[in-house]
Amino acid sequence: MADVPADPIRIIERFGPHLSPMTGVRLSTSVEPDRLVKTHCCFCGQQCGIQLKVLDNQVIGFEPWEDFPFNRGMLCPKGVKRYLQGSHPDRLTTALRRDTSSPTGFSSLPYVEAIGRVAREISRIQQTHGADAIAVLGGASLTTEKTYLLGKFARVCLKTPFIDYNGRLCMVSAGAANKKAFGIDRTTNPWSDMVGSDVIWVAGSNVAECSPITTNYIWQAREQGAKVIVQDPRITPIARTCDLYLPVKPGRDAALFAGVLQIMIERDWIDHAFIRDSTTGFEQVADYCRQWTLARTADVTGVPQRALMQAAEWWGTAKTSFLFHARGIEHHSNGVQNSLGTINLVLASGRIGKPKSGYGTIVGQANGQGGREHGQKCDQLPGWRDISNPDHRKYIAGVWGIDEQELPGPGVDAYELFRKIDRGEIKGLLSICFNPKVSLPDNSFITRCLQKLEFFVAIDFFLNDTAWHADIVLPGSLQEEDEGTVTQVEGRIIKINKAVECPGEARQDWRIIQDIAQALGRARGFTFTEPRQIFEELRVASKGGVADYSGVTYEKITQQLGVFWPCYSEDPKTGAPIADHPGTPRLFERGSYNPVAKGNGPFYFPDGRARFNVAEYRPPVDDANDDYPIYLTTGRVVSQFLSGTQTRRIGPLVRQYAEPRIEMHPRLAGKLGISDGDWTTAETPRGTITLRAQVVTTIRPDTIFIAYHWAGRKSANQLTVAAQDPISKIPQYKVCGCRVRKADAAPEYAAVLEPQQ
Amino acid sequence: MPKPDYLHFFIDPNRCIGCQACVQACTECDTHRGESMIHLEYVSRAESVQTVPVVCMHCDQPTCAEVCPADAIKRTGDGVVQSARKPRCIACGNCVIACPFGVPELYEDRKIMMKCDMCYDRSSVGKKPMCATVCPSQALFFGTREQIEQLRPLSSPINTFQFGQQTITTRVQMMVPRALANRAPYVDVVSAMSEHPQSRAIAFKVVTDAPEKATSGELDPYAGIEV
Repeated sequence: MADVPADPIRIIERFGPHLSPMTGVRLSTSVEPDRLVKTHCCFCGQQCGIQLKVLDNQVIGFEPWEDFPFNRGMLCPKGVKRYLQGSHPDRLTTALRRDTSSPTGFSSLPYVEAIGRVAREISRIQQTHGADAIAVLGGASLTTEKTYLLGKFARVCLKTPFIDYNGRLCMVSAGAANKKAFGIDRTTNPWSDMVGSDVIWVAGSNVAECSPITTNYIWQAREQGAKVIVQDPRITPIARTCDLYLPVKPGRDAALFAGVLQIMIERDWIDHAFIRDSTTGFEQVADYCRQWTLARTADVTGVPQRALMQAAEWWGTAKTSFLFHARGIEHHSNGVQNSLGTINLVLASGRIGKPKSGYGTIVGQANGQGGREHGQKCDQLPGWRDISNPDHRKYIAGVWGIDEQELPGPGVDAYELFRKIDRGEIKGLLSICFNPKVSLPDNSFITRCLQKLEFFVAIDFFLNDTAWHADIVLPGSLQEEDEGTVTQVEGRIIKINKAVECPGEARQDWRIIQDIAQALGRARGFTFTEPRQIFEELRVASKGGVADYSGVTYEKITQQLGVFWPCYSEDPKTGAPIADHPGTPRLFERGSYNPVAKGNGPFYFPDGRARFNVAEYRPPVDDANDDYPIYLTTGRVVSQFLSGTQTRRIGPLVRQYAEPRIEMHPRLAGKLGISDGDWTTAETPRGTITLRAQVVTTIRPDTIFIAYHWAGRKSANQLTVAAQDPISKIPQYKVCGCRVRKADAAPEYAAVLEPQQ
Repeated sequence: MPKPDYLHFFIDPNRCIGCQACVQACTECDTHRGESMIHLEYVSRAESVQTVPVVCMHCDQPTCAEVCPADAIKRTGDGVVQSARKPRCIACGNCVIACPFGVPELYEDRKIMMKCDMCYDRSSVGKKPMCATVCPSQALFFGTREQIEQLRPLSSPINTFQFGQQTITTRVQMMVPRALANRAPYVDVVSAMSEHPQSRAIAFKVVTDAPEKATSGELDPYAGIEV
């Protein structure tokens, strides 16, 4: 569509973000709830168990759920205050249509009428420009049932290959690396395995702020003797008291891993037997690492030689170990290589597939794991199947009752999808659970693309910043208004339980998708009446795939407090039915059987061996240079989540960290004449941003940090570069060159907008 | 029902990550009326991410109660010092000034002192206080002595504190390291980037008695303190 339909200030006045207060029954905690609903937090990939207090179809508070094994009652501030997203003044309770005659840019219309309009526009565009002219964007905060349905909807109902999701911004580098090295994409061990490890290496993960509950596991491991190594350009809370801090220059991680592996090879701190018996490709990796001398590695990474040597010694000589990484090494145009670099360290050590020894990526979104397994990724079908594999296509086409020829092929990643919009190849867009105007890099380009769409329909519970451009907004459901499953950071499938009904004309998201299918006259395959039915079909669709959920039932999840996939309904070895497969908490155990290796080894390749992959260092795209001499890196704060659609509406969370700041070292600040609290402008070739400076010694003096949760003129992604990893297509959020100066004046927004707006 | 006497509150500031889950959760507790009774402060954010959570230490002889002219602060039989009692509190602020730990706060709008009561509505019926339940780093821990001994072999609890001439014993236990850390916490990335870092951390020497007046030629008791 064209530009936003009204003055942004008027849209914000009507649709927020406003802050939800603790008032009435939500303040008076002595009010007895009707019931407590055991469910999980709606935010990050830890998926902490929580009990919601429900009174009169309203979530009025929470009670810790101490029996859930992962977090045992623990919660971060987001979990504590998540209940305040319900009964919110900004909540969408009717469908909206773009209306430039309305001062707020939108007017309500009946839900049925809105669905009809959506179906007519989709039909019109597809008849005029072909089925491929419509695209779908999903998200990894949706339940697995919804992600499954969305993938099916795009391919079967809309017959378009163009579906992708916001996990493209999140988990794909780790996913691609896991696929190349292990043939399966999941964290290897439950977190409880960490306690008792000798060494824990945290590479590019601000655990304390982005996955707070993991902190207790790491601290507990340390109590039991683990040494903690943290690799980060900033001294985050987990780095402050770690045993070894590696202050890596942004974008140099692959070099660091190669250099450390080279020391391990030189000192013979590697597991020859494991490398010989259980892996392939070590020689090529060793050849590559030879160029990474200690001096060169220190020079490139900005990490002193003494620290590299210490890391190599601790890692190389440990008996048990864990290695975790997150977006810090993954959000790079070299993200897959960085992730493979960590895997090479793990494989060279031979410490995987055992108690107290593991490897994993810490997923960022609620369903970061499950959301990447069942077919909302452009190249994937349910069960972690490959859309280009004829056998996989045939199986899924059979489950869906269509001819294999009808099933579209692979589409493109989420950013490329916008480039297709820009080129006029995609004319219509349906989005859910995605706020690309805030979350994609170089987001002024995204805005221009949104302006070019002929038709844009957004499904959401609040009017997010991207939906400002929508022709129709359909009122979807909050997490607590629906049931379903998600798969959390450890690979544990858990159950989200419904606490309240949708308000007004809002609908559960899967109903909305099915209503559109029906209005298009293609209801076949979209007549589920409850999430459980979708899950039952997903069980069948995932059966025989690597991410096999066929043995999982809602009852088993509730009974076991989670089920780790793969969980089989038939013994992968004999094909005999098994009713009580408990799931697979730990991957790659010696002697374990999997359907790919068929007994040849523990890894998911026909020969059962893990793969070493040469993990090459390449300098970042748009690296710091003479014109833009400072590294810009971006990330999260503990009180906010993703693009802030939910958390920027929760009063106590906003007050905790109200607005983004430009974090810089006093040396840099001194050089630039900037003091703590000064308005400061950061600039890249894509845009500028003016925020207050926060001057701290806990960041490299060549780097600035900006948290990305805010919209408009406060959005860090005005500056970031749309460079992507060639394999995973993840954007390079964690580094680009920028320049910084003291601002001439306060920015205009400071006088008109509230902090969260 | 009194608080089970085998459950104790332990504070381990070394674990704190400053996430404010405790602060946010404290406002959810029945008796706190939407206010947080926890103080969570950066020691000095310009130089470190270190934070310190402060809850009421629940002194055996509470200074706040001793200085209260209205006798408004009561300690329950099970050792929990409560917020000021509404009919008695005259909002004079004596307790705020006197508390050696800086815990009580005066709420001017409602003319009353409120402070951490260890979530008495919860802890008196065998539940954990809200802050210690949610704390993601378990810097705030509520449990038995056996649990803390098993879970925290690197530190030990103390509950005796010296403030000038005043010796205070408390219901709440503070975890202190059993041995000096073999390295100081990381505070400045610049020193971590250096091959030969200069520690900027301050090492405190433990002074057991008040130092004698230093006269010229005598040993300076603070000479060993590295700044």
